[in-house]
Amino acid sequence: MTTPMTSTGPASGPAGGPPGGPPIGAAELLTLYERMALIRATEKAAYDLFMLGLVKGTTHLAAGQEAVAVGASAALRADDYVFATYRGHHHALARGASPAECLAELMSKGTGMCKAKGGSMHLTKATVGMLGSYAIVGSHLPMAAGAAWSARIRGTGQVAVAFFGDGATNIGAFHEALNLASVWKLPALFICENNLYMEYTPISQVTAVANPAADRAAAYAMPGHVIDGNDVVVVKQAVAEAADRARRGDGPTVIEARTYRHYGHSRADPAKYRPAEEVESWLRRDPLDIARSRLQAAGVPPTAVAEADERADRVVKDAIEAGKNAPDPDPAEALTDVWADGGAAWRT
Amino acid sequence: MITYREAVAEGIAREMRRDPAVVCLGEDIGAAEGVFKTTTGLLAEFGRERVWDTPISEQAITGAAMGAAMTGLRPVAEIMFSDFLACCWDYIANEIPKIRYMTGGQVTVPLVVRTANGGGLGFGAQHSQAVENWALTVPGLKVVAPATPADVVGLMAASIRSDDPVVFFEHKGLFASKGAPPPEGHVVELGQARVARAGADVTMVALASTVPVALDAAAELAAEGISAEVIDLRCLVPLDMRTVLASLGRTSRLVVVEENPYQGGWGATVVSIIADEGFELLDAPVRRVAAECVPLPFAASLEAQVIPTTAKVVAAVRQLAAY
Repeated sequence: MTTPMTSTGPASGPAGGPPGGPPIGAAELLTLYERMALIRATEKAAYDLFMLGLVKGTTHLAAGQEAVAVGASAALRADDYVFATYRGHHHALARGASPAECLAELMSKGTGMCKAKGGSMHLTKATVGMLGSYAIVGSHLPMAAGAAWSARIRGTGQVAVAFFGDGATNIGAFHEALNLASVWKLPALFICENNLYMEYTPISQVTAVANPAADRAAAYAMPGHVIDGNDVVVVKQAVAEAADRARRGDGPTVIEARTYRHYGHSRADPAKYRPAEEVESWLRRDPLDIARSRLQAAGVPPTAVAEADERADRVVKDAIEAGKNAPDPDPAEALTDVWADGGAAWRT
Repeated sequence: MITYREAVAEGIAREMRRDPAVVCLGEDIGAAEGVFKTTTGLLAEFGRERVWDTPISEQAITGAAMGAAMTGLRPVAEIMFSDFLACCWDYIANEIPKIRYMTGGQVTVPLVVRTANGGGLGFGAQHSQAVENWALTVPGLKVVAPATPADVVGLMAASIRSDDPVVFFEHKGLFASKGAPPPEGHVVELGQARVARAGADVTMVALASTVPVALDAAAELAAEGISAEVIDLRCLVPLDMRTVLASLGRTSRLVVVEENPYQGGWGATVVSIIADEGFELLDAPVRRVAAECVPLPFAASLEAQVIPTTAKVVAAVRQLAAY
């Protein structure tokens, strides 16, 4: 078995060691907490709206994985690029998209983030550098490498980040992208959200190494870190270090953030394949609880935390109402946006 | 005179000179100047920051081109043989053509995927296919396939300047062919077919390698008193049906000459539009001279049995003219 060049944080499981890294300020911590609470409330709304039949198709919820998105986003520049997967609501929200445009998209409304042409699996907000959610596993890693290549050529100092699940580490595009990014020393970050299950099958059953992303990094001569993905401070620190390294011209990094999804893989999957004790142990490591402990330790009064929760809930409640009342897309929109001229004409 | 092969490098170089956002990537395109020598001189003129050799990683090539196109560059990606598009089909079919639409128009993907297409060189079943019909099946791709050196340059200019993704099929069998060099600033707008030879009795619609096949057939048929018009489509998307319908209005007879297999070939789309919109123009059944529906065999004698030849086209036109 290969071993990662470097490894930090808990080696395995939710019982990992205490979070490390320099403390961040109480005010910033509260801001990050509120963003995570906003994501949690949005994901609950998405679930409820799906069960009510107001969200069609499918959803892949990221409740439980908020700290990866929010911690990483806090470490990035506003002009950096982010590429996510079909489980990507949290990344759009972490980059600054609103719950209203997110939920409207899920509810097939004309006010949706992608004009109801993308749906849950393709949330994109290019104006904040969130360059898409991709539903073919692993496909976006080469794209992130390409965006990093572009940044390098243009000399902008930007980095490009691909977030992906553990399941993506066994598809060819993952390996092609890591190799290319390393050979070309690209300012790219490959951040795996290892939630232990590729879909319904434990990733450990189908992967030759223990840490499916980080253990592969050595093969591509880049650092691979395993971190506690449920601690927003740990994530921010790890991503900040990797981003600094990338901006210095020292190349890409793999970060494997161990985390856990609170819902099933998709739609109404009850995730019965996960042992109850495993679920319970991870729920005790809820990223919002960890952040609350940190807030308490930083001296933030519980009332301030409760107010953050209330603000998040209110924003999402308003978003639900706005989505319910929003217009359906104009049917004519089906035949726009294929080409850069806005149209769809393919022949004379 | 300039060869079709030289025209590829010339067309790319002209765009790289006028726009610093144009960059190239692909296998062996730099110091090796391409396995078909279609990138000759690019590394020497533009350097390593604009001409990038890649590993044999078709997904990384097309995926990186997409990411770069979304963030301010105009990448020109080479997939060495068009057969290898299958190795990165996710990007050609699922990612590149769809991202603009499924984001509600938020992103633009101005890239060109160039690839050496088609048979005639005896490379066997995995290096000889004409796969332009694969690209035609995917909404969101522009599909270009030039037949002459001047068109290679002019269509390359339009493809690289296009804000839409283009799959640019360079025909392997035409690389050694020669033609008049294009003037400076030569641009051939996408979606404008060319009447390669005017005629009165039968319209032949051709693309890339089948243009010279159809022209040879037309010359042979002229000796028999049959006047055949040859239309070079140049592009499958946008598809210039206006020119085809106008020609059919003059000739009332249609033969489509295509190198891809009959099964699912682009001619079926052309013919279906004629059936929908040009039925009243026809005085005879339409004929498609396409490749047989088998993998491409290795031996030249067998390959000739499979792909369109002048003799097959002559026979089809002769039969229609007599109808």
